[in-house]
Amino acid sequence: MSGIYDIIVIGSGPGGYVAAVRAAQLGFRTAIVEREHLGGICLNWGCIPTKALLRSAEIKHLAEHIKEYGLKLEGSISADIKAIVARSRRVSGRLNNGINLLMKKNKINLIWGEAKLVRAATSGQLAKIIVGNSSKLAMEPQHPIPKEVLGEGIYEAKHIIVATGACPKTLPGMEPDGNLIWSYFEAMIPKTIPKSLVIVGSGAIGIEFASFYRSMGSEVTVIEVLAQIMPLEDAEISAFAHKQLEKRGIRILTRAQIDRVDKGGHFVTVYIEVDGKMQTISAERLISAVGVQGNIANIGLEILGVKTERGCIIVDEWGCTNVSGIYAIGDVTGPPMLAHKAEEEGVICIEKIVGLKTVRSLDKDKIPGCIYCMPQLASVGLTEAKAREIGYDIRIGRYSFAVNGKAIALGEDQGFVKIIFDKKNGQLLGAHMVGAEVTELIQGFVIAMNLETTEEELMHTVFPHPTLSEMMKESVLNAYGIALNA
Amino acid sequence: MPVEITMPALSPTMEAGNLSKWFVKEGDKINPGDIIAEIETDKATMEIEAVDEGVLARIIFPDGTQGIKVNSVIALLVEEDRDVKDIAEISAPQEPKVLKVATNLSVNAMMLSDVKKEIRVFSSPLARRLAAKADIDIASIPGSGPHGRVVKSDVESMIKLRDHSSVPEIEEHCTPPLAHSNDAILKLFTPGEYTIIPHNGMRKTIARRLVESKQTVPHFYVTIDCELDALLELRLSINKAAPMKKTDDASIPTYKISINDMIVKSVALALKEIPDANVSWLDSGVLRHICVDIGVAVAIPNGLITPIVRHADEKSLQTISNEMKSLVKRARQRKLKPAEYQGGSTAISNMGMFGVKEFSAILNPPQATIFAIGSGEKRVLVKDDAIKAVTVMSVTISVDHRVIDGALAAELAQTFRRLIENPLTILI
Repeated sequence: MSGIYDIIVIGSGPGGYVAAVRAAQLGFRTAIVEREHLGGICLNWGCIPTKALLRSAEIKHLAEHIKEYGLKLEGSISADIKAIVARSRRVSGRLNNGINLLMKKNKINLIWGEAKLVRAATSGQLAKIIVGNSSKLAMEPQHPIPKEVLGEGIYEAKHIIVATGACPKTLPGMEPDGNLIWSYFEAMIPKTIPKSLVIVGSGAIGIEFASFYRSMGSEVTVIEVLAQIMPLEDAEISAFAHKQLEKRGIRILTRAQIDRVDKGGHFVTVYIEVDGKMQTISAERLISAVGVQGNIANIGLEILGVKTERGCIIVDEWGCTNVSGIYAIGDVTGPPMLAHKAEEEGVICIEKIVGLKTVRSLDKDKIPGCIYCMPQLASVGLTEAKAREIGYDIRIGRYSFAVNGKAIALGEDQGFVKIIFDKKNGQLLGAHMVGAEVTELIQGFVIAMNLETTEEELMHTVFPHPTLSEMMKESVLNAYGIALNA
Repeated sequence: MPVEITMPALSPTMEAGNLSKWFVKEGDKINPGDIIAEIETDKATMEIEAVDEGVLARIIFPDGTQGIKVNSVIALLVEEDRDVKDIAEISAPQEPKVLKVATNLSVNAMMLSDVKKEIRVFSSPLARRLAAKADIDIASIPGSGPHGRVVKSDVESMIKLRDHSSVPEIEEHCTPPLAHSNDAILKLFTPGEYTIIPHNGMRKTIARRLVESKQTVPHFYVTIDCELDALLELRLSINKAAPMKKTDDASIPTYKISINDMIVKSVALALKEIPDANVSWLDSGVLRHICVDIGVAVAIPNGLITPIVRHADEKSLQTISNEMKSLVKRARQRKLKPAEYQGGSTAISNMGMFGVKEFSAILNPPQATIFAIGSGEKRVLVKDDAIKAVTVMSVTISVDHRVIDGALAAELAQTFRRLIENPLTILI
């Protein structure tokens, strides 16, 4: 098969499919290539299915504390892991199908297979890809391949956008084997709940699985090589979450260097060094969550001479690579590897190609991040340490869930909001939260930051009562020593 | 090498002008002083005089072109002796710069709100705070945000620009005291029937320094008419005699002296000859300058700056000419270093090319004199009992009476006239 387009997007993750939709909206003849699953990792093996799993964990947690709310539950509550996983797959499948409908609605051609770049767009010539069979063994279970897709062949376009995403990093001796050692793929579809579990890495993925499996009843140990879990978060927030997770029975080892991993018949034994002392931890399963890396192999980057650095494609602020007609967006272009960053980059890349006057490059300092463990974490902007390192003279405000009416009523009185201002001019530098529903709250501060509000406008803004969001305003007031409810 | 004729700045604030009419056509021979075109701004209509001689090779903007940016090339002139056939080969400069008229009022930060009688500027709170702290009027900052909203980075680049611009030191609260408050002035006019262009740093500096000068320096003025024919003739022969220099594709004269260069030299020599007038007022005494450093006023978009020709009395016309070209060019690009525009023992403001007959300039302290040069024009004079057409230029010297008295100023004027009318003496 063959086809000629204005735009071909390689990869249908959140970055890729959004770029394709925006391209189609702007009148481009657009195609998208996918080798495995519409919606990418996010929708099939990442953000979305884990949120479904964590929702089950949360409801289980509430049910276990049902007495506290004056309710009685006859009998006991127990997890049916098959049903929990099945629900997670259904959620994913529904959205996966939704992407297919989106493509149809926007008249975007879907090309099924693995793309390889073979020619750049040079004088008078279109850029070219060859689409062949996928070289990657698809993770089962897969949602069905959509009907009416184009197949193997040569496709050409004026602009080709590489949105191939990322895959799990592996450390030697900890390669996922589908049995004792899991990556996030296997961890998302357990057949049984392991009695004991070691999780290597305390980033968002590691901590969310720790939270889930602990709720399901596993004995969970988290191993982190750095001094702080969730190392990108503000130290104070991370320390608070650390304590809360430990209260829930999760064992956390920081500054823990892995020496080796031994696989037995039914157990994995991890040899680690903590503060100069060797320890061993045995568990039924090990989840390797040591990070993700860009998918830059086997897509023809080297054929065209597209420059990469540390496993990522080098792009400018508009997603242009060093090769004409070839662009890249999302995880494959480097951190922060977040779906919402990829989506924004996809839109910016397309709008820049069109030459829209309103296009603006992405301010990476204002991209929020969320972690959906119990308690939740959410943040945007600079951490306190980073702000001090840059040299800002800062003003910090804090406000605790323990004194917020709505939080107490919800039975969720653990957590706090921390806000960081530039003392000199009231610029909102960062906001960090830990506690119930903070992932839904952070956007208020993200908007404030993007509109460049100062403490004054936030102080003049009326927040609805009673809500958790009132803590945001109180934290601002606290930064200036005038918190009303503290 | 064609000579470029550019859209002149008729006032320091002029950004663009309309070409209302050409008085010459392609192929016409032109002499210095010939009126070649009529330019129109929102304020006035002016005639353009040719500065160089040659054949008009090409008209870039035809009659009636609106909004041509200052310094855009409007026509090309070639050497007289060049074959007119070559004219066709001269290509127009790429992209003639015609100013687009802003029609989208929402992006115009200078729109006035009728209701509040204050400038409505879309800006972020942080941008407003940063601007206020930096003492910059938010309305003077071009916004890069959605719909022209002024955001933090805009203020930051404005602060950077201000800190690195070649505008002389800007002090805080440098706005001169106003005779009337803003409100009192605005009350005199109907809201909606005017716009307000906020001051930039240079405008504030000009205002402050000139108010200070007019209020504290006792000015008086001496006007004298100088006959120019000998000087014009000498200039033609000097330029004709210029040795040719080979470049890659043409041979060009090694120098081209302008009338202004000769005036600079004459002022320098006049002050050298009358050292009592080459002075500055100090509270403690009279500062007598040993050399003559001459500031030459150059109009640049939205302002004015006076680069200095140092030791002009010691320099040849050719040196002065080359130096002036470089100073003017860099002044227009705002690339002058402070050392290149600060100081100076006297100044020249030449509006001759704009057809101004005569005017009086305001002193730029601590300079004690400034020469205001009018245009050279043919006047009918009685000479040796006969009526004669003579090219005459009126020059008015503004003088600081604290250090220079009337008789001395008259002597300076006479000396200057003698040099201009006997131009060979400036070559010695």
